[in-house]
Amino acid sequence: MKIMAICGVGLGSSFLVQMNIEKILKELGVSGIEVEHADVASAMPGAADVFYVSKDIAEGLSIDAPMVVLNSIIDMDELRGKVEKTLEDFGLK
Amino acid sequence: MDGFVSVLVDIARTPAFLVALIALIGLLLQKKGAPDTVKGTLKTFVGFLVLTAGAGVVQAALTPFGGMFQAGFHVQGVVPNNEAIVAVAIQQYGTTTALIMFFGMLVNILIAAFTKFKHVFLTGHHTFYMAVMLAVIFTVVGFGGFGLILVGALALGAIMSLSPFFLQKYMRTMTGNDAVGLGHFGGGGYWLAGAIGNALRGKKEKVTTTEDVNFPKSLAFLRDSTVAIALTMMVVYLIVAIAAGPGYAESYSQTTGSDVGNYIVWSITLAGQFAAGVYVILAGVRLILAEIVPAFKGISERLVPNAIPALDCPIVYPFAPNAVLIGFLSSFVGGIVSMPFMVLFGLPIVIPGVVPHFFCGATAGVFGNSRGGLKGAILGAFAQGIAISFLPIALMPVLGSLGFANTTFSDFDFTVYGIFFGLLGKNLAQVGVIIGLVIVYGAMIAYSLLKKSPKPEAVEPVAA
Repeated sequence: MKIMAICGVGLGSSFLVQMNIEKILKELGVSGIEVEHADVASAMPGAADVFYVSKDIAEGLSIDAPMVVLNSIIDMDELRGKVEKTLEDFGLK
Repeated sequence: MDGFVSVLVDIARTPAFLVALIALIGLLLQKKGAPDTVKGTLKTFVGFLVLTAGAGVVQAALTPFGGMFQAGFHVQGVVPNNEAIVAVAIQQYGTTTALIMFFGMLVNILIAAFTKFKHVFLTGHHTFYMAVMLAVIFTVVGFGGFGLILVGALALGAIMSLSPFFLQKYMRTMTGNDAVGLGHFGGGGYWLAGAIGNALRGKKEKVTTTEDVNFPKSLAFLRDSTVAIALTMMVVYLIVAIAAGPGYAESYSQTTGSDVGNYIVWSITLAGQFAAGVYVILAGVRLILAEIVPAFKGISERLVPNAIPALDCPIVYPFAPNAVLIGFLSSFVGGIVSMPFMVLFGLPIVIPGVVPHFFCGATAGVFGNSRGGLKGAILGAFAQGIAISFLPIALMPVLGSLGFANTTFSDFDFTVYGIFFGLLGKNLAQVGVIIGLVIVYGAMIAYSLLKKSPKPEAVEPVAA
């Protein structure tokens, strides 16, 4: 499966979320999941199975695909909970 | 043997190979497996070529823009856009940039390890853009070879440490601790906004914050950079095309030998082409940094465990969502208000770009609000909007021939540090730059020796 983190320009904060997701996946011992980052315009169905988006961007965004909304992009505990939930949803845990 | 050496020299001289090599080093240091290493190295290599391709697209849109602006207003028109200027500059300064970036990141880690400046600057694309700017400035001053890389890396490392350092007291107000810093080269503008907020707050216990007022969220779609760039560029190109009249398009068709057709349709297409070029450049930058940033992050975490990661500006947006939009509008108004004064003083005209005003204005709004509430957000962002309108004009003369590229760096720190080193070099040549670096490092070492421990901030955050 593939997770894509999204931010306005697709360079900085989405990259940060990507690296944090990868770190959490490693801690959980889950492998084989592709994590990428991109800008809002690239967030379209088919680009990934699930999109991670910060709350302020999610308000102006509509993608016809599963979307995980983050209240804070620097809160590792929130992210860990949501990654675990994603893994459950996709039957990987 | 000579043939072999010249191939090696060519590899080192071709920036695409060089950045791929840097990515390869990063991947090997992280002990990635063979498939990941091959994949990552190739992606970086291709990314650089994507970036160069995007530069061509952007330039094809900017060249007629410059001509049209000149024909319509009889003065130089400049579109401040980091991606555009970086892509244009990288064709000439690619190798120098790659080396300055590589060693600059090392200097940043060393500073974090051995001084009281604890920030590791993780916003990779801004590190990259700053490396480009320093490569240009120091080449124009006359540095070359090893000396160029050395001064470039020392300057880059210092800027990576200093920019977040100045903002930390405001970050502490917002986050309540020193767990993260802000790593964005609009930093000086946020410091300004924070200082204005501070002054407005005075001794007041509590102020009205941006989050106490109702504010429409309908502008959020501008966070999509492609939409924002296409939209504003269309407005700007249309105004300029109408000012220049159909005559410019006709003479352009004649001189280039390709019929561009109706001048209005042409100008709108050029605006779209500018946005398309930036989109391609962004994709290239993303590929280039995909391996380098995680390697830098991993290595810095291992070597300097107590470092403060300095992260991209959207990390502060959740602290005051209304301040984000208020800051953008206020900064953008600052950009528009500045334009008549540029005309008055006979300066080149800096077109207010939605992207810099959105991201930097928004962040300035949040910083202004963190101390001065609503008034701090409005006035702080307004001041940063005026600053990023006039600073690029002062930067252009020290960029050499790139000062005439119809585009330039847009964010506060690029312009301020560029002007600082550029003016030192212009007035005192290489010695001036070296004196500047000695002063900066001297001050940093003195601070590290004299400063006991960080002073706790007494100011309570005004926004939750």
